[in-house]
Amino acid sequence: MLEVRGIGKSFGGFVAVDDVSFEVAERQIAAVIGPNGAGKSTLFNLLTGHLRPTAGQVLLAGRDITGTPPYAICRLGIGRSFQRTNIFPRLTVFENLQAALLSHHGRGRDFWSRSETLYRDETDALLGSIGLAQHEDAVAGTLSYGNQKQLELGLALASDPKILLLDEPTAGMSASETHDTIRLLERIAEARSLTLLFTEHDMEVVFSIAQKIAVLHQGRLIADGSPESVRANPEVRRIYLGERT
Amino acid sequence: MTRPHAVSLRRIPWTLVVFAVAFWVPWFGSRYDTFLASQIAIDALFAVSLNLLLGTTGLVSFGHVAYFAVGAYVCGILMKTYGMPFTVALPAAAFGAAGFALVFGFFCVRLTKIYFAMLTLAFSQIVWAVCFKWNDVTGGDQGLPDVPYPDFGWLAAIPGLDGLRVSDQFYLCCLAVVALSLAALNRINGSPFGRMLTTIRENPERAAFIGVNVRAYNLAAFVVAGGFAGIAGALFGIFNRGVYADYAYWPKSAEVMIMTILGGIQYFWGPVVGAATLVLLNQEITSYTEYWSLVLGTILLVLLFAFPGGIVGGLAAGLGRLKARRARLRQTEPRRA
Repeated sequence: MLEVRGIGKSFGGFVAVDDVSFEVAERQIAAVIGPNGAGKSTLFNLLTGHLRPTAGQVLLAGRDITGTPPYAICRLGIGRSFQRTNIFPRLTVFENLQAALLSHHGRGRDFWSRSETLYRDETDALLGSIGLAQHEDAVAGTLSYGNQKQLELGLALASDPKILLLDEPTAGMSASETHDTIRLLERIAEARSLTLLFTEHDMEVVFSIAQKIAVLHQGRLIADGSPESVRANPEVRRIYLGERT
Repeated sequence: MTRPHAVSLRRIPWTLVVFAVAFWVPWFGSRYDTFLASQIAIDALFAVSLNLLLGTTGLVSFGHVAYFAVGAYVCGILMKTYGMPFTVALPAAAFGAAGFALVFGFFCVRLTKIYFAMLTLAFSQIVWAVCFKWNDVTGGDQGLPDVPYPDFGWLAAIPGLDGLRVSDQFYLCCLAVVALSLAALNRINGSPFGRMLTTIRENPERAAFIGVNVRAYNLAAFVVAGGFAGIAGALFGIFNRGVYADYAYWPKSAEVMIMTILGGIQYFWGPVVGAATLVLLNQEITSYTEYWSLVLGTILLVLLFAFPGGIVGGLAAGLGRLKARRARLRQTEPRRA
């Protein structure tokens, strides 16, 4: 589904991501982990076109998408959520999702229809599936942190992606919020036959849902495989898991 | 308990009322009132066109006056130098201004925030310099005096309109053009295209990741805003009986920005209120004191501090508070069976 070949990014002399290669299969739930500054977010930004790689390629379903701008990558079927919640704060929850649906259906070039009358049912359905139906008229910026994360997930889903990239989907959440979010993600991935790639700090979350884990350290990929093999990897234990015990 | 008062206030189609009142100005007002009303109508359109960038898309253009001036010159040159009718010159002005906005905007949207603003200002100063120096076409520093009024001969055939002065007839023409333009801008604001622009204002990074090509949409907004500014400019050239290089000079960009912010950028009709306020304040104060710019500046400062959301924003907040208090009172009121 998604393949990364020898991708690299350096800022001046600093190498943030160095020759990273891995693959995510269709309908797989994959995680990228690594300590702070390991290059996880940079890697995500390379995959979604926010940064242009200085080396390597990104392939989506066999198609080279390296250097494609973000809006085009979104249209190709990659949905994304950001580490710092990224919504449209002064629009209502309903308007947020409706805007994303309008964009997905290519209605943005329509100068004349009344946008409030369009895709209402689809917006309601999406609101329901992310569990925000009771907040539809709330101004998005006033929602609780957890609800804003849910909304952001909804924005990513509106473009009907084949693969969803989530940068720390549970960052800053309480234990129960984290639990709910993970259940929601699993349910949605199942219902929509999604491929998931996410970064995460919380090891419990990672090992509870990931079918495949890639470990980054100082910009390099040091392990890539099933949760069991990663857990058993001595280098991972030493530099990463080891820090926690 | 029902509150028929509050409900009926909302039901009044305020925009229609305002346009209906404005329509009767030539009959019930003085010649000077028509003059002021023309200026307000034209400035209102200019300010609302700027607000498509400022309020809807979140783009700060310091050079919006360039498209106003291009519209004024295109219309003025076509009507005066080539003797073309207004019905040709006005659309030409709109498309001419939009064309310039397309070319300049192509470069401007590659930059963001203050750099974008500075580049728009630079382009407007280029337009000004060209207008000021290109004697053969623009009349240079002499400008293009005596732009003719459109031919309103046909208006005289309509009973009731035959007795009007040509300046009054032109005012009615302005009002119609402005009303149609505002209706179109309002429609664009509420369209899916307009919604995409608001997502860019709210969060360009996220907008890109719902599939919005931010640069292309910014450019489209710039072109549309430029086109409508061109219409305002064309009307102003005829209203002012001439087109001069000042039209492209940067203080006019500042003036329209003040109108827009003063009225309230978060509201479609905000800039209209701002334009009316600034034009009327300007006239009132200049007739009282020669230090009018000092007084005007002070008043604007106070207004902007008192109403950070503009006049319309302030009124909306006030109404909201009033409504909340009524709702509270209603809750504490004992229920009568």
